[in-house]
Amino acid sequence: MFFRMIKGALFRQKSKMIMIAVTIALGSSLATAMLNIMLDVGDKVNQELKAYGANITVVPKENSVLDSLYDLDDGSETAAAHLKEEDLGKIKTIFWGFNILDFTPFVNTAVTLSDGSTAKLTGTWFNHHLALNTGEELDAGIHSLRSWWEIKNGQWLDEQKESIPANGALIGSALAERLGVNTGDTIEVKTAKGSQSLQIAGIYDAGGDEDEQLFTLLPVAQELAVAKGLIDSIEVSALTTPDNELARKAATKGPAALSPADYETWYCTAYVSSICYQIQEAIPDSVASAVRQVAESEGTILDKTQLLMILITILSLFGSALGISNLVTASVMERSNEIGLLKAIGARDYRISGIVLTEIMITAVVGGVAGYFMGYGFAQIIGHTVFASSIEMKPMVIPLVAVLIVIVTLAGSIPAIRMLLRLRPAEVLHGR
Amino acid sequence: MSLLELKNVSKIYGPLKALDNVNLQVENGEWLAIMGPSGSGKSTMMNIIGCMDKPSLGEVILDGVDIAKESGKKLTEIRRDKIGLIFQQFHLVNYLTAVENVMVSQYYHSMPDEKEALEALERVGLKDRAKHLPSQLSGGEQQRVCIARALINHPEIVLADEPTGNLDEANENIVIDLFRQLHREGTTLIVVTHDPEVAEVAQRTVVLEHGRLVKEIMNESFET
Ligand SMILES: Nc1ncnc2c1ncn2[C@@H]1O[C@H](COP(=O)(O)OP(=O)(O)OP(=O)(O)O)[C@@H](O)[C@H]1O
Ligand SMILES: [Mg+2]
Repeated sequence: MFFRMIKGALFRQKSKMIMIAVTIALGSSLATAMLNIMLDVGDKVNQELKAYGANITVVPKENSVLDSLYDLDDGSETAAAHLKEEDLGKIKTIFWGFNILDFTPFVNTAVTLSDGSTAKLTGTWFNHHLALNTGEELDAGIHSLRSWWEIKNGQWLDEQKESIPANGALIGSALAERLGVNTGDTIEVKTAKGSQSLQIAGIYDAGGDEDEQLFTLLPVAQELAVAKGLIDSIEVSALTTPDNELARKAATKGPAALSPADYETWYCTAYVSSICYQIQEAIPDSVASAVRQVAESEGTILDKTQLLMILITILSLFGSALGISNLVTASVMERSNEIGLLKAIGARDYRISGIVLTEIMITAVVGGVAGYFMGYGFAQIIGHTVFASSIEMKPMVIPLVAVLIVIVTLAGSIPAIRMLLRLRPAEVLHGR
Repeated sequence: MSLLELKNVSKIYGPLKALDNVNLQVENGEWLAIMGPSGSGKSTMMNIIGCMDKPSLGEVILDGVDIAKESGKKLTEIRRDKIGLIFQQFHLVNYLTAVENVMVSQYYHSMPDEKEALEALERVGLKDRAKHLPSQLSGGEQQRVCIARALINHPEIVLADEPTGNLDEANENIVIDLFRQLHREGTTLIVVTHDPEVAEVAQRTVVLEHGRLVKEIMNESFET
């Protein structure tokens, strides 16, 4: 009988139930979309933020003290100690190697130009193809680490093209203007170790100091500045977990000060400090340090984005709770005769509430499931418009949304149930 | 002992005495009609007897129990087990069929039994309308479904508040005939009515005015 009553109520008052289901579907779709994006957005935002460049730099141990004391890292002097080019691949072999998105070596030197002025020349990878011992392959270099560079003229150097000139170079827009050079021109550069003509493949606008520089292929700079196989520094872009208490403790007091259990946790979490530590372990005589602003702002932007999503989710659920409470209250009000009658013929309050709640819950389940699939669509639309990639649907969102829908539906039904309990049959049945 | 006894019952709404010191006894198996002008307190009295309301003063003893003193839960039980209710506005559940409306009463009483419910509809002449929704039934038919529902659990006492108020002559007669049958079977009947013809067929008529019982008429020519 219970089910006959439910069935009657559901099928013979379809339009009302559909309204309730739609309200719930809206809430559930927003919750689904937001939760999925929130869980997936960490990766997405990090990938976005990678556009702002490296968050870790690696320099030789001996130089790091001098560099930071006197800020000599302007290329005007050739550094005393060097890292080895052959160690570069080891960066991908650390515990958090999977989180290393990109990296590139640098060789810096001051060069004298044909008009007698000096400029900084940097040798680096542009899109260097690496085949690691582990069998993993990747493209690394400044093409993606300097994704905000605007190529005003010419194009990026493509290391994977056969036709690339061995002396190809990119020149900063300010320097190009000063020298009056254009794409296709060659310029002479000189150092103590020799001279070289560079062929300008493109002019970039970096919007900063780098506009006064030249960038060329690693071997060219090595020959002019140091020696084959040596590099000055490495820039690394890594996915990191925002710092917390433990990370700060490790950063200020050093990992040695941590208890073994804390050390374990710290080491196995992708904090920027633990990734730096692991890079130092992998590359002999190196010091890896976080580029503060970038690393920290990544964490905060991520936190803020997620906070925003949580707020949207809460608001949308609150909205559906209000909508549901309106609809359900209206429906109970409309049915007050029926409810009064059921009470009059001897139905106890809990049995009537049970029927009303069951109807609403069934409607909620239908709406919730529909909403989940709508939310899937929303998430993909948002993913494609905002992050230009699809959002991965996390299974854990399903129970989460289910629980939220149940809570919201029950909360939305409270006013209606209270009304139902207060209703006195004598007041509705004699037609007053 | 009487089945029902009202002792000095008053129902007071602010300055208004909807019932004013009413004393009334109803015997088991009796058929009583209550008449009176509009606003005289008839429905108020029915609500109190039907355990849907409590008196402000006085005792209401139904089957030896003072229902003025019982809790809401106990009153629901008494309504369910002892009382059958019939209203002027038929009050059917509009999304359930005729037979389902009867079964609802069984469901809250004990166990729904479709066969028995169909028999009850047959008794009020509606067997072929069992699968219809209330909106597909005429007023008279709806009231007969209500009667079938009121009778399905074999109540000791049937309370009808203007059961024929919304019916035409023909349907009124069908309802009166059903009451006759019930009376013959020994059910106690209390019927509120404006209609002298409906009152005339009862064994006894009491008249309310301004909440007071002002007159009592025995029907000399009563026939079963
Ligand atoms: N809940 C209430 N609050 C205030 N006054 C009420 C309430 N219920 C009934 N009354 C008043 O009590 C008086 C008796 O009402 P009742 O409904 O019993 O009259 P009635 O005899 O059934 O009238 P009718 O023939 O029109 O149905 C009326 O004046 C009515 O306004
Ligand atoms: Mg009345």
